[in-house]
Amino acid sequence: MPLEKIVKVEGTGVYVAGDDLDTDRIIPARFMKCVTFDGLGQYLFYDARSGATGPAICHPVDDPRHKGATILVSGRNFGCGSSREHAPQAIRKFGFRAIIAESFAEIFAGNCTTLGMPCVQVAHDAIENIASALRQAPKTQFSIDLGASTVSWKCGQTQFQAALQMKAGAREALMKGEWDALAQLLDAREQVAALAAKLEYFSA
Amino acid sequence: MGGAAGRGKSLFQKVWDAHVVRMLPNGQAQLLIGLHLIHEVTSPQAFGMLRDLKLGVAYPGRTFATIDHIIPTDNQTEPFADPLAQGMADALRAACKEFGIRFFDVASGQQGIVHVVGPELGLTQPGMTIACGDSHTSTHGAFGSIALGIGTSQVRDVLATQTLAIAPLKVRRIAVNGKLPAGVYAKDVILHIIRTLGVNGGTGFAYEFGGSAIEALDMEQRMTLCNMAIEGGARVGYVNPDERTFEYLKGRAYAPQGAAWTNAVKRWKAVASDPDAAYDDVVNIEARDIRPTVTWGISPGQAVFVDENVPAMSSTQDEKERAALSEAFDYMKLQPGAPIKGTKIDVAFIGSCTNGRLSDLREVARHIGGHRVAPGVKALVVPGSMLVKRQAEKEGLDRVFTKAGFEWRKAGCSMCLAMNPDKLVGDQVCASSSNRNFKGRQGSPSGRTLLMSPLMVAAAATKGCVADAREVFGLGEGKGK
Repeated sequence: MPLEKIVKVEGTGVYVAGDDLDTDRIIPARFMKCVTFDGLGQYLFYDARSGATGPAICHPVDDPRHKGATILVSGRNFGCGSSREHAPQAIRKFGFRAIIAESFAEIFAGNCTTLGMPCVQVAHDAIENIASALRQAPKTQFSIDLGASTVSWKCGQTQFQAALQMKAGAREALMKGEWDALAQLLDAREQVAALAAKLEYFSA
Repeated sequence: MGGAAGRGKSLFQKVWDAHVVRMLPNGQAQLLIGLHLIHEVTSPQAFGMLRDLKLGVAYPGRTFATIDHIIPTDNQTEPFADPLAQGMADALRAACKEFGIRFFDVASGQQGIVHVVGPELGLTQPGMTIACGDSHTSTHGAFGSIALGIGTSQVRDVLATQTLAIAPLKVRRIAVNGKLPAGVYAKDVILHIIRTLGVNGGTGFAYEFGGSAIEALDMEQRMTLCNMAIEGGARVGYVNPDERTFEYLKGRAYAPQGAAWTNAVKRWKAVASDPDAAYDDVVNIEARDIRPTVTWGISPGQAVFVDENVPAMSSTQDEKERAALSEAFDYMKLQPGAPIKGTKIDVAFIGSCTNGRLSDLREVARHIGGHRVAPGVKALVVPGSMLVKRQAEKEGLDRVFTKAGFEWRKAGCSMCLAMNPDKLVGDQVCASSSNRNFKGRQGSPSGRTLLMSPLMVAAAATKGCVADAREVFGLGEGKGK
């Protein structure tokens, strides 16, 4: 079955402030005792949402004004730490379709791409502007356009647009519907076997 | 900082080039993976995906499994008390049987933390590409390999094709020059590097660790160093292979033997970076500037030397940095600007894929004679593998630890990450030889972690608070390791 070509993601957003939001915060390890990824959405940002790591707050992802948001927005080095795919799976299963941040940890961004969930990087100022738009109008519509490499939104009467950056290969893979690499990788069986045979340690 | 123009190739470039099957249209490489390691947390789902797609495992002889994250370290008899943990063990065991994968189960006597088991069995070798569904796979770079932490969908890809789709990395050489002072270990070096370059400083880079101080490290210290490259944002960390590397591997279960050994060593020597290798960036660090280092916050970059104070709020005027500082101080319940030394601890943990190897245990054991764990402190020593445990016991290290008041446990990830019964309770403070001080990392949502070297953990355990191991154990110049 051909994969969806992901060129645009449009929807409302929610801003989770902070830099270095790590994978243990995205989903604490104690919720990873499972042999499938089903049902992980409920554990997204669990400790912060439950008030376990600090004062009880209404976490932005639970804020009714952001209900139905499909775009998650955060700060620098988002997703740092573990390689657990449980983290992007929890974000996806919560209902998000794309993440905008100032920067991403590498393994995390790669895991998201494989799930067809774009991780787009915008400048610090753009994050501030997005956060400010969401404060003023929680239902602000965002449009992530991978073709044009832009994120655009409207705040009041002002139209905003920010240039987006993505990891090499990820943008093309999403746009061409090749974000899950498996089919392509399977195509090269013979080349793989030939290279493996050439490597002394491999066949030893 | 700055690049180094050169005509030669780095190890990264050589190993990468030797494993590229082809370039994909999107600019990523299809990279052949020489060694694939799996464990019970991130792999059962991948086997499920294979079954759904009706795919087999392409090269089952190049994948090896063990069980580490969820296994209890007190009683490893099955069924485990936690049915979810038992389910994960069962799922991995069944998958290994179904797909013909070698599983280093407890019954094999070779179980342990995946990043301890691979090297000690000689599976990890120079010049390889290695992948594992665990970010601390960077550990294996200590042997001069490209070792990549991957997600579960990529575990599926490796199982089905023995390859990954991955974009190339840039290479930053980090040279640590000179001689490390007594009481300063690889753990301090990597914490210092992360503190200096930042937790995201390595994004997009492979870190090549070199210089005389790195060359002088034994293999297990090199593993500690590479293990935490990921905490500095670098997906890969490595050290060029040398005589120490070969000496470590010789005679290990999966190391080449006889004529194959001679050939392998020749190949391994050739894979090291050329003296005139080109680098995208070069950073120089003086070994003598590094002191025992302790993290005080909720990110591995929030670290100070043991004789320093934690930052004052006035140390930055940047609003965002101030917010990050206050979040860390609130969570850690520490006073800005206060000395780190003297911070009370409740738990001391020696173990993990960072510092749970034989030399870590030997180094602590040789200093703690005559010392006792302070009253009220729970202190654990958790060997990284069954082999480490057996050898340590043969040398009597277990008795040294128990005599000093530490609990001597069975092999596993233990208190590093809270997927097994070893967890902090409430807002306990743990002096830990592990790798992450994230909020909630050690199992209690309000638990607090101070990362440091194993000997610093031992010093904290005996004093009941953060202490300078050099003072506690009388390490002067020429006396330490």
